[in-house]
Order: sequence, then structure tokens, then C-alpha cells
Amino acid sequence: MTFLRKLLPHPFLTLLLTVTWLLLVNGWSLNSLVFGFLMGWLIPFVTRAYWPQQPKVRAPLKIIEYVFVVFYDIVVANIQVALIVLFKSNADRKPGWVTIPLDLRTPEAITVLAGTITMTPGTVSADVSAEGHALLVHCLDAEDTNAVRDEIKTRYEARLKEIFE
Amino acid sequence: MDLILEIAVSAFLIIGGVFGLVGSYGLIKLNDAMSRLHAPTKASTLGVGGVLLASILHSVWLEGHLSVHEIMITLFIFLTAPITANFIAKVHMHGHETPKSLPDAGKDKLWATHNIAPEATAEEKA
Amino acid sequence: MITIAVTFAFACFSLAVMMNLYKVVYAAEVADRILALDTMFINAIVLMVLYGLALGTEVYFEASMIVAMLGFVSTVAYARFILRGNIIE
Repeated sequence: MTFLRKLLPHPFLTLLLTVTWLLLVNGWSLNSLVFGFLMGWLIPFVTRAYWPQQPKVRAPLKIIEYVFVVFYDIVVANIQVALIVLFKSNADRKPGWVTIPLDLRTPEAITVLAGTITMTPGTVSADVSAEGHALLVHCLDAEDTNAVRDEIKTRYEARLKEIFE
Repeated sequence: MDLILEIAVSAFLIIGGVFGLVGSYGLIKLNDAMSRLHAPTKASTLGVGGVLLASILHSVWLEGHLSVHEIMITLFIFLTAPITANFIAKVHMHGHETPKSLPDAGKDKLWATHNIAPEATAEEKA
Repeated sequence: MITIAVTFAFACFSLAVMMNLYKVVYAAEVADRILALDTMFINAIVLMVLYGLALGTEVYFEASMIVAMLGFVSTVAYARFILRGNIIE
């Protein structure tokens, strides 16, 4: 078992790289499957020193729901930002910073949360605090910064906590 | 059927074009640096998405086979847009914000961009 | 109808590239310049995809994928250089 673990340090990454290779080839053949698997094995094996621990996913099925929520929000976010850019004068707009205290502890979960915040309505994540206990978010047009914080915590962070922790 | 597909492809192209234009217009119009970051990261994503969706539909309809390269490009741009936005925000904070001009960072006192130790440990989350 | 829509999209994204070029020249700070360059990369990708769609070939998709990867890496390298003074430590 430990031998297998050493030989195949990240099975999920291997699968992902194989699928990516097949998509890049843009067609199915046994040759490209074998070559893709070879690359998918070789790359995690050579670079295994850089990611010592495996990320854990507790509830894989929840990811599908999360992806749909985020895609819907991306479309809404685009329309909102476009309307603000086109029809709101700079004087009316109230940009501002929001601090979001984090309940998530794993780096993967925080990374996904930061990416989600950037893609969704009127917010861009700018930075984490020095030890990773809070996230700095910039709002394009926020009258009520507390409402923004609460929405992010209930809508995304609670779902991510179920998935990763 | 052909007419519906033609309308769909044209609609996606026009939506994509409008959003792409709005994204770049926002870059000129908005008046502070952090706000300017919002327009291209969001509006451009839907612009790219619309055009690539039109391209997928077009290739399925005309040539009769699904081309996955467009999906790869879309996924790649969707995954990298937050990372570039984060880097640009860090560049802005590095040059134009001080710990005083930002909100309180809670119990950690400092945000990672300003937390530069004498021997910089690789604690910053890039 | 598709020809008109493609022409419209070409016009939109060409105008967008012009706006980005203006912003690259008259940027207020370095972050703006990086942002304008990154947006220009994205618009260039879309222009290439549109050209491929107009001609009906698939060659341009591979080119635009390479441009997408180069754009990401160069943006990150530029930002990293401004932040740290070197790119690979």
C-alpha cells in the first residue's frame, strides 16, 4: 500500500491530467490515452516533493450543486457589473473594502472561496490575512458591507465547509 | 431547425461582443484602481464565454462534430481569471495601500501583502 | 445573419482592443497597465476564435489556446516582478 502510494502520489491528479490530455488531442485513440496516462503519472511523480499532503474531499456530490450555483451567479454578476459600468456615474458608486473572517481552514477550500468571490457579483478578493484567518474583499458598489459579508458566508462558505471539512 | 440554430449562434455572438466591449469600456470609465479590476474580470469572462459558445454551436451545426478545444479555452480562462485578478490586486496594494488605509485584519493584524518578514518565508498565498 | 453577427462581434472586440491600448499608454499606475495588458490578451484570444469561426477552420483554436496560456504566464510574471523584484526565487 505504501509502495503504491509512493508510485502514485496523487491518483486524482493523474486522472485529471489524462482527461486534459485527451481533450487537448481533441479525439479518442488508444495511443493518446496511453500517452496521456504516462504524462499523468510522470508529472505528479516528479513533482511530488512540492505537494506533500493530499487534499481531502468529504462530499463529492455537493460539488455539482456548488458548480451550478456559481455558474448562475457568474451570469448574474456579469449583467450587474455591466449595468453598473454603463449607467451609474462614478460619484454615485460607493466602492469599499470588506473583511470576511474565515471558518475554513484548509488551503484548498480558501483558494476555491477566493476564486468564487472574484467571479461573483460586484466583489473581488484581494488578499488573505497574514495567518489566513480573514479574507480582504473589494466591493464595486456596496451600500451595506455587512449584507455582502453575510451573503458570502451563507451562500458559499457554508457549502464549501460541507464539501471540504 | 436551421433558423433556430442560426439565431442562437448570432445571439451568442452579439451578447459576447457587447459584454467584451463593456468590460474594456469599464477599464477606461471607472475612476479608482480597485474598481477598474472588476470590469475586465467579470464582463470579459461572459464576453469570451458567449463567443466560444457560439463557436461550439457553429461547429456542431455545420461540421457535425463536437470540438472540445473551445471548452478547454473557456475553462482555462475561467480558472485563471481569479488568479490574475488576485495578483493585480496585490500589485495595487503593494504600491498604493498602507496597513492604515485598509480595514482591520482581525487577529492576524496584517494582510499578507504587507507582512514581509526580513527573511521572507513562503507564507504568502499566491 | 451569422455574417452580420460575426462582423458586429469583430467590431466590438476591435474597439475593445483600441480602448485597452489607450489604457496601456495612459495608465495611472502599474497595476492598471498589467490589467490592460491582460484584458488585451483575452480580447486577442476572442478575435482569433472569431477569425476561425468566420473562415470555418479549426487551426486557430490551437493558436488561441497557446495565446491564452502565454497571456496567463506573462501576466503573473509581470505582477510577480513588480511585487518581488524577481520572478523565480
